[in-house]
Amino acid sequence: MELLNNLSLGFETAFTMQNLLYCFIGCLLGTLIGVLPGIGPIATIAMLLPATYALPPIAALIMLAGIYYGSQYGGSTTAILLNIPGETSSVVTAIDGYQMAKRGRGGLALFTAGMGSFFAGCVATLILAGFAAPLAEVAFKFGPAEYFSLMVLGLIGAVVLASASLIKAVGMILLGLLLGLIGTDVNSGVARYSFDIPQLTDGIGFVSVAMGVFGFAEIMLNLEKKGSGESFLNKVTTLIPAWSDIKRMVPSILRGTTIGSLLGILPGGGAALAAFGAYTVEKKASKHSDEFGKGAIEGVAGPEAANNAAAQTSFIPLLTLGIPPNAVMALMVGAMTIHNIQPGPQVMTSNPTLFWGLIASMWIGNIMLILLNLPLIGIWVKLLKIPYRMLYPAILVFCCIGVYTVNNSIFDIFITASFGIIGYMFFKFGCEPAPLLLGFVLGPMMEENFRRALLLSRGDFTTFVTRPLSLSLLIAAALLLIIVTLPAIKKSREEVFTEEL
Amino acid sequence: MNIRNKKDFGAGIMYMVFGLFFALNALNYKMGTAAKMGPGYFPFWLGALLTALGFFVLLRSMSSKNTKEDIGGWNWKIVIWIAGSVVLYGLLLPTLGFMLSVFILVLVSASASHEFTWKSTVLNAIFLVTFTYLAFVQGLNLQFPLLPSFLE
Repeated sequence: MELLNNLSLGFETAFTMQNLLYCFIGCLLGTLIGVLPGIGPIATIAMLLPATYALPPIAALIMLAGIYYGSQYGGSTTAILLNIPGETSSVVTAIDGYQMAKRGRGGLALFTAGMGSFFAGCVATLILAGFAAPLAEVAFKFGPAEYFSLMVLGLIGAVVLASASLIKAVGMILLGLLLGLIGTDVNSGVARYSFDIPQLTDGIGFVSVAMGVFGFAEIMLNLEKKGSGESFLNKVTTLIPAWSDIKRMVPSILRGTTIGSLLGILPGGGAALAAFGAYTVEKKASKHSDEFGKGAIEGVAGPEAANNAAAQTSFIPLLTLGIPPNAVMALMVGAMTIHNIQPGPQVMTSNPTLFWGLIASMWIGNIMLILLNLPLIGIWVKLLKIPYRMLYPAILVFCCIGVYTVNNSIFDIFITASFGIIGYMFFKFGCEPAPLLLGFVLGPMMEENFRRALLLSRGDFTTFVTRPLSLSLLIAAALLLIIVTLPAIKKSREEVFTEEL
Repeated sequence: MNIRNKKDFGAGIMYMVFGLFFALNALNYKMGTAAKMGPGYFPFWLGALLTALGFFVLLRSMSSKNTKEDIGGWNWKIVIWIAGSVVLYGLLLPTLGFMLSVFILVLVSASASHEFTWKSTVLNAIFLVTFTYLAFVQGLNLQFPLLPSFLE
């Protein structure tokens, strides 16, 4: 009954006044910013990161996790009421959710989304608790060669599952890895690519990259579109579902939870893909498939359960292997490093209160979100009336303050501005920035393990394929690549991504 | 040769420029051998890989099988305005202090919008200066030069 002991340790940690408070603040801020259109979860976390510097590490991580799933939740509110998905993961929720709202069933759609997310969150938290320990055991058997191969698999997986153009996404990974190498090389002490600029010897801050490429570039693109801030708002009516609604909702939530939990663990999975997968499944599985696109309750229940489950299970690779499966988790790595915690299997043993406290806080956070969202919907709706021209200067202000406070460095502000311009270019060239951020965080780790593996093998490159664990990881990566380039799969993949846009 | 996919064409050039930059500069650092790698080894090969990949994307953009895609206009005015307001904030912060710099940042960045009005922008700026002062300086106790340096 080790799991129970661990969980009780976690709940003890999470139920202190301080941690409950930060969990609450995180959920509240996350929902608030998730509701506001035009700011994704990555920009949100990057923007609010500085608010956690002064906190103890456990409180900081609890708050950041709260921001993440809070923004997930807030995103679906705008998707349903306004047909504006606040996050990519709620794009599919908007399809049927908005139709429900138009038919006067908006309250019910919000209730369904809330219940679906809550149930999925509870299950995913249990999965996280149950799987973490055995996976961390495996991770301890890993040598540098295995770690290198695992990162290759992780990066390949991330782009195979989540990117429209495979080859361009690989390019973004490589560029990210290279940018991550800027700064002093730990082995030789040589300052690489710093060109005698003293601030560059410490490397580029990941907050600068994330805020520039996601925050600033998003603002530039939104301003370019010239849309006006006004939108049509549907009235929120009854929240209480009829028995016939519940009967249709429950199986969808169960299916969505399963799909989400599985896809969340996979590299590159994460919430957006899970929601999309769940919607496709619901469309096929439902007896009312003719209602899809016209306000089918299954089309809200399934994807909402799935995106929340995936948001939570994507912590598994981060906490057990130290490898972020998507860009949001890459930010969590950065946050942990700022608080001097090296993510990986050792966190569980060296810092059990932090590990289990974080897991327990996710469950508490889910309850808070239900309590917070259903009664407060009226307030969130009012927030939607803030026009974008008022909103984006505020985002800029928070980003500027945030970047500066990382190192109290003006130079970092300039770097962030440059990454804003670079991020704008990325978008124009159709290059997705998420793989770049993953590569950026993994760059130094990958080089280190690559070097160590070859040092141990005396320069013999076959070490990556003669060690069975490493070989199987590389084979898995190669299989992924082969599968997506098969003509049949390639075609349906393209369909999926065009539909998503 | 006909560039069918302009997005891919741009991406290919960008990858090659970055790849060459990193690979060529890596030559300034010690390469070492596979068993005892110097600081130049890993970035050189990564850079070379990125260059090759960029070249491939570039070739592909001209292939007749590729889908036709346009970049759509570049709106440099907005880009410069937004990035510029941030740079300006960075330049002003040490001399003008936190409150005035935030105020100017809001004013300058807000004028990039086509819906800009003086009244709402000034109100927004006053609100944001007050809010960030209370939240970051009072609440979170972060250290900033607050007032203009000639007043302190």
